[in-house]
Amino acid sequence: MSTFLGTPSLPAGTGNLRGAQSFPAAARKALGDSQLRANLGAATATIRAKRSAAVAEVPDWEQLRAAGSALKATALQRLPELLAQFEANVIARGGTVHWARDAAEANRIATELIRATGSTEVVKVKSMATQEIGLNEYLAEHGITAYETDLAELIVQLGHDTPSHFLVPAIHRNRAEIREIFLREMPGVDPAITDDPRVLATAARTYLRQKFLTAKVAISGANFGVAETGTLAVVESEGNGRMCLTLPETLITVLGIEKLVPAFTDLEVFLQLLPRSSTAERMNPYTSMWTGVHPGDGPQRVHVILLDNGRTRVLADETGRAALHCIRCSACLNVCPVYERVGGHAYGSVYPGPIGAILSPQLTGVTGRDDPNASLPYASTLCGACFDACPVRIDIPGILVHLRAAEVDARRGGLPGPQDLAMKAASAVMASPSRFAAAERVTKLGRLLGRMRGRITALPYPGSKWTTSRDLPMPPAETFRQWWSRTHDGSR
Amino acid sequence: MRIALFATCLADALFPAAATATVRLLERLGHDVVFPAGQTCCGQMHVNTGYLAEAVPLVRNHVAAFEGEAWDAAVAPSGSCVGSVRHQHAMVARRAGDDGLAVRAEAVAARTYELSELLVDVLAVTDVGAYYPHRVTYHPTCHSLRMLRVGDKPLRLLRAVRGLTLLELPAAESCCGFGGTFALKNSDVSTAMLADKMSTVQRSGAEVCTAGDSSCLMHIGRGLSRLRSGIRTVHLAEILAATETGATRI
Repeated sequence: MSTFLGTPSLPAGTGNLRGAQSFPAAARKALGDSQLRANLGAATATIRAKRSAAVAEVPDWEQLRAAGSALKATALQRLPELLAQFEANVIARGGTVHWARDAAEANRIATELIRATGSTEVVKVKSMATQEIGLNEYLAEHGITAYETDLAELIVQLGHDTPSHFLVPAIHRNRAEIREIFLREMPGVDPAITDDPRVLATAARTYLRQKFLTAKVAISGANFGVAETGTLAVVESEGNGRMCLTLPETLITVLGIEKLVPAFTDLEVFLQLLPRSSTAERMNPYTSMWTGVHPGDGPQRVHVILLDNGRTRVLADETGRAALHCIRCSACLNVCPVYERVGGHAYGSVYPGPIGAILSPQLTGVTGRDDPNASLPYASTLCGACFDACPVRIDIPGILVHLRAAEVDARRGGLPGPQDLAMKAASAVMASPSRFAAAERVTKLGRLLGRMRGRITALPYPGSKWTTSRDLPMPPAETFRQWWSRTHDGSR
Repeated sequence: MRIALFATCLADALFPAAATATVRLLERLGHDVVFPAGQTCCGQMHVNTGYLAEAVPLVRNHVAAFEGEAWDAAVAPSGSCVGSVRHQHAMVARRAGDDGLAVRAEAVAARTYELSELLVDVLAVTDVGAYYPHRVTYHPTCHSLRMLRVGDKPLRLLRAVRGLTLLELPAAESCCGFGGTFALKNSDVSTAMLADKMSTVQRSGAEVCTAGDSSCLMHIGRGLSRLRSGIRTVHLAEILAATETGATRI
């Protein structure tokens, strides 16, 4: 008989949560793409302005944010209980619930469910969870074709590309590029198609209508799951989601376990916070909710796959768990000066931007200094714009610092790197006023260096990382401390 | 009022003009300035880079240095250092298991102000009697803006400066890309952000860019100097300290 001690080890997230290179390397590449810079700069500036106008209209916005944050904290605290309640209610209303520990399990369950229908084609509602687990690619390997029906997701799919934003997955593309993609990849497209947004949308509509009318299986994610009723909710703008959620016979929903809210009335708060934060709309155009199976109306087979994939791992971290509050509105992406310059692909994960920088490394865990996800918590100046924009008040800068500390602490005891040594040395010097004053006298050697040319323009590595684009400040003739003792100390 | 100056390590070692100006300004306003000699650095660089254990001795040193003197309010010419004292010191102490230090740090933090906060909120003055006949644009640094919520206090102070033409900075609230060690760890992104900030400073038509943080001014100023733009960066304290009889050519 084996003895069980402690909590079970928590599974790390797998799937599209980790890039091939570190953030600085991926960012360098993205920064070289001038078209990307222009597309992103224009798009994020527009969304930012619209969002702040939409938010300014709500007099109790700060109370709403606080309510959203409190509801999420409560839901996470009660998660085991809510999951059991949700499962019981889905089953009581004729649905089926499946549990998936990781991406591989979720993909396998979804594929088996599709196979059981005899179908080889599925339509998809835009979903971050299915992107996270790489469902489309998995289905393709198993002879099933998945059609994205959200316009931007369709552009990404046809372009053999990956999304770079939660809400505007093709934000890195402009309309000329979209026209080219349609012309090249969309079956039956009019060869005379222009880059007029209306013409492009009409082409997509014609193409997608065929899919909606023939598909027997739909796959969705969900923005919310309500524990007390077993209800699922999807919030979208184009109506394509509602087509997928109502027309096919079988509906499979992949739901991250953190998406549960306790009560139906809790949605009141989130359905105010989400549209204004994401699309800058007062009310969401299409909010679809379904609860189990209703004979003769909508899908007759309803499956829910509850996905962990690293989430319980995040939940176990008292400070970091607030990352699970995220309602995927993308407000933090749109206000982030780093995201604005490099776009979503540089983050390597399906979760880009500030929230991705705290969520991805927590979901996957960090395997060491060379893990690309180890670089994500440093992909921020801690400017705080993300915290201000977050509708559920996730303290992203605070969690970034917490994750940086965890990364530094994980290395302790091993061989210290140059940064570790520099930080320890700086700490030792700065903890003592006399040592600090002595160090100040040494930095003045820099004056001699600079005096030769009037300014200091080049340093050896790693200082070169500063001097590639910036001069070095010239140390002053007199430090403040010296000025003070010259002008004040005598008189006191 | 007896005011304790936290000069900050950056101002002390590299930009003493921000700290000397703060002293001259407060003395001109009739206050008594003290300089707690034991002070060094708030530890922000360590905290923000993840070296929280290494920040503990710095927090301890800062708290001890300021506790050791009698003063009514402490001031630093730096939004980010005040942000560190106010929002990080107690957290660092608690994380290290030193609740006593955390309580003492909170007591120091509760009476520590950024310069514009001290002037407007504590000393209730917006016209400090300054004279600065230059075209100036103001960059609201991230930590002053979002960590301390200084709001329009610096702008109110600048508007009351005689001779000064205040020019609007496009996309003012966008970060300059400094971010401490971010400027080294993500040098390319930092440079791209700086490039955009410099272009808005140039578009503003100002001859001087000011802010309440020497660190951000160092980033913007050393970038502008590389461009040979002719635009200077000057700390808010230096502008407020300038008068007709002295130091207009700061």
